Amino acid sequence: MRLKPKSEKNFAGSGRNFAGSGKIPKSPFHAISPATVFWRAVMYIVLAASSLACLLPFVHIVSKSVSSNAFVLAGKVFLLPKGFDLAAYTRVFADKSIVQSLWVTIVITLSFTLIGMFITVCMAYALTRPQLRGKRVINFLCVFTLYFTGGAIPDYILMSSLGMLDTIWSLILPLAFSAYNLIIMKNAISSGIPQSLEEAARIDGANHFRILWQIVLPLSKPILATLSLFYAVGRWNAYQDALFYIKRATELRPLQLKLYYLIVQASESFHLEAVVTDMTNPEVLKACCIVFATLPILLVYPFIQKYFVQGVMIGAVKE
Amino acid sequence: MIFRGTKRPDGAAAVPKADVKPKAGLSRHLKSEWQLYALLVIPMAFLILFKYVPMFGLVGAFENYKVARGFFGSEWVGLKEFGNLLKHRDFLPALRNTLLLNFLDLLFGFPMPIILALLLNEIRSKWFKRVTQTLLYLPHFLSWVIIGALAYQLFGLNSGIVNNLLESAGLSRIPFLQENTRWLATYVAVGVWQSMGWGIIVYLAAISGINPELYEAATVDGAGRFRQALCVTLPGIRSTIVVLLILNLGRIMGGSFERIYAMQNVATTEYTMTIPVLIYRWGILGTQFSRAIALGLFQSVVGLILVLITDRVAKRLGEGGML
Repeated sequence: MRLKPKSEKNFAGSGRNFAGSGKIPKSPFHAISPATVFWRAVMYIVLAASSLACLLPFVHIVSKSVSSNAFVLAGKVFLLPKGFDLAAYTRVFADKSIVQSLWVTIVITLSFTLIGMFITVCMAYALTRPQLRGKRVINFLCVFTLYFTGGAIPDYILMSSLGMLDTIWSLILPLAFSAYNLIIMKNAISSGIPQSLEEAARIDGANHFRILWQIVLPLSKPILATLSLFYAVGRWNAYQDALFYIKRATELRPLQLKLYYLIVQASESFHLEAVVTDMTNPEVLKACCIVFATLPILLVYPFIQKYFVQGVMIGAVKE
Repeated sequence: MIFRGTKRPDGAAAVPKADVKPKAGLSRHLKSEWQLYALLVIPMAFLILFKYVPMFGLVGAFENYKVARGFFGSEWVGLKEFGNLLKHRDFLPALRNTLLLNFLDLLFGFPMPIILALLLNEIRSKWFKRVTQTLLYLPHFLSWVIIGALAYQLFGLNSGIVNNLLESAGLSRIPFLQENTRWLATYVAVGVWQSMGWGIIVYLAAISGINPELYEAATVDGAGRFRQALCVTLPGIRSTIVVLLILNLGRIMGGSFERIYAMQNVATTEYTMTIPVLIYRWGILGTQFSRAIALGLFQSVVGLILVLITDRVAKRLGEGGML
């Protein structure tokens, strides 16, 4: 006696729908007791508090970044900006090295995602064809990398001997193969695309390239979006490899690494113009940099969230 | 033309099968299917070059590796470097810290998504649920650099908002990040904050798989919502909890370099030296490649053994495992 079969899609709490759509249970034995009201209130409060804990830090940091320095220094800025001032943004955008690092990040994120998707799609298609020989060996070679790797130093030595240190290739190529993404893509292809479709295409004389390009890819658009986002967000956020591989070529530092040097390590000062003397305490500037680096993700986040959730669900299903 | 073999009885049954013996005619097979292998060339090149060549680099752990001589020219010293490693004064603290940080993460971080998922499951208001989920997932999408910088903005001693609030409430400032034990607490709390939302997804999926009839039966038996959560929902996701717990135990030797590096500072070094940090210090900042490789190998092997054991345990408990 499910009243709202449609909400089955919303996986949180489907299965509980017999209890009605927010109405009081109809059974005469159930009256809402004060205790129930109390516990329900507690639940809402706990959830609201946890989600506010995720939101408020950003509200604070945005307010701080557009406040005037005096109020920030006095510790007067909490959730609303005080003494609206965009000077810090002007400075961040005037700092060529920060803008440059944003540019580097965009370039490596795009090329990394393209190459990674190319590898994932080609490999997943081939590995889901029953007629491929040596499939088991290749599968094992892929999955094994999930559990055992050479580690940071052998990776570093490889980069060094390939001459890729201090080049953007060290940030684009090594992580492009991802066993995790490959498994998700394989699951999606083998469960989502009817085998008969491909067989029909083969009878019509289509070769593998055409089947991949004209049948498999158009039919797996959602999963392609998901995996591209996995690649892109992962690349956008990572800084460990950049910290290891980009040492002398400071102009190649991606945004996260730049932020690391600027704020976490505070070893690098802003390229401020000589006229600026009031920035003895660069708190506003720091906040502004954090917002600068967070904003791209925050802007796309509402749109990409659902793809991520789907990806996790497919990834959780075993082959 | 070669059709696929008899492996898939579904679907394929409708198509007239050209009778192909898989073993016969390698050249014929290649002739008709060469494109499949062509598709694999570039991915396999990446796989071998960037995943397996570094594994070969692990021989450096058994050598006195010198960059100029390479892996083939360096002097073979056997297990000597491992002996030095175990005796090194930084080794035990790093091992302890790695286990400690992961254990604390597990202790405090593991139950949070379960609690939140159970709570979310009780919420009927759709928009409240959706907004809550969206906000809770948010920290997962941010880099550790941003989270670390944010932590210092919030919990900093002199200008952090939390301390500003404490002071305006008439309390004294607390060095959340400037004192070893407090740093550790903050580190763990930030980790819980970052991961609690994302962990919910799997549990919500598991909850949605519970048979609705169980709830109806419980309602008939007079169980209230709280009772139902405890006696139907929780047992319903028990297997998911067990598998995730076991898998997390298997990763207790791992370590997040990025998280520690984004949150550490010079004042608190007691807990920040973990195995990945030590590897970075020895191998990248310093030039003790062999020792750093040995430490990495130690970590990988112990980690692999733990994963294999925990997977075996999960399978024995009938929970499937993941290998």
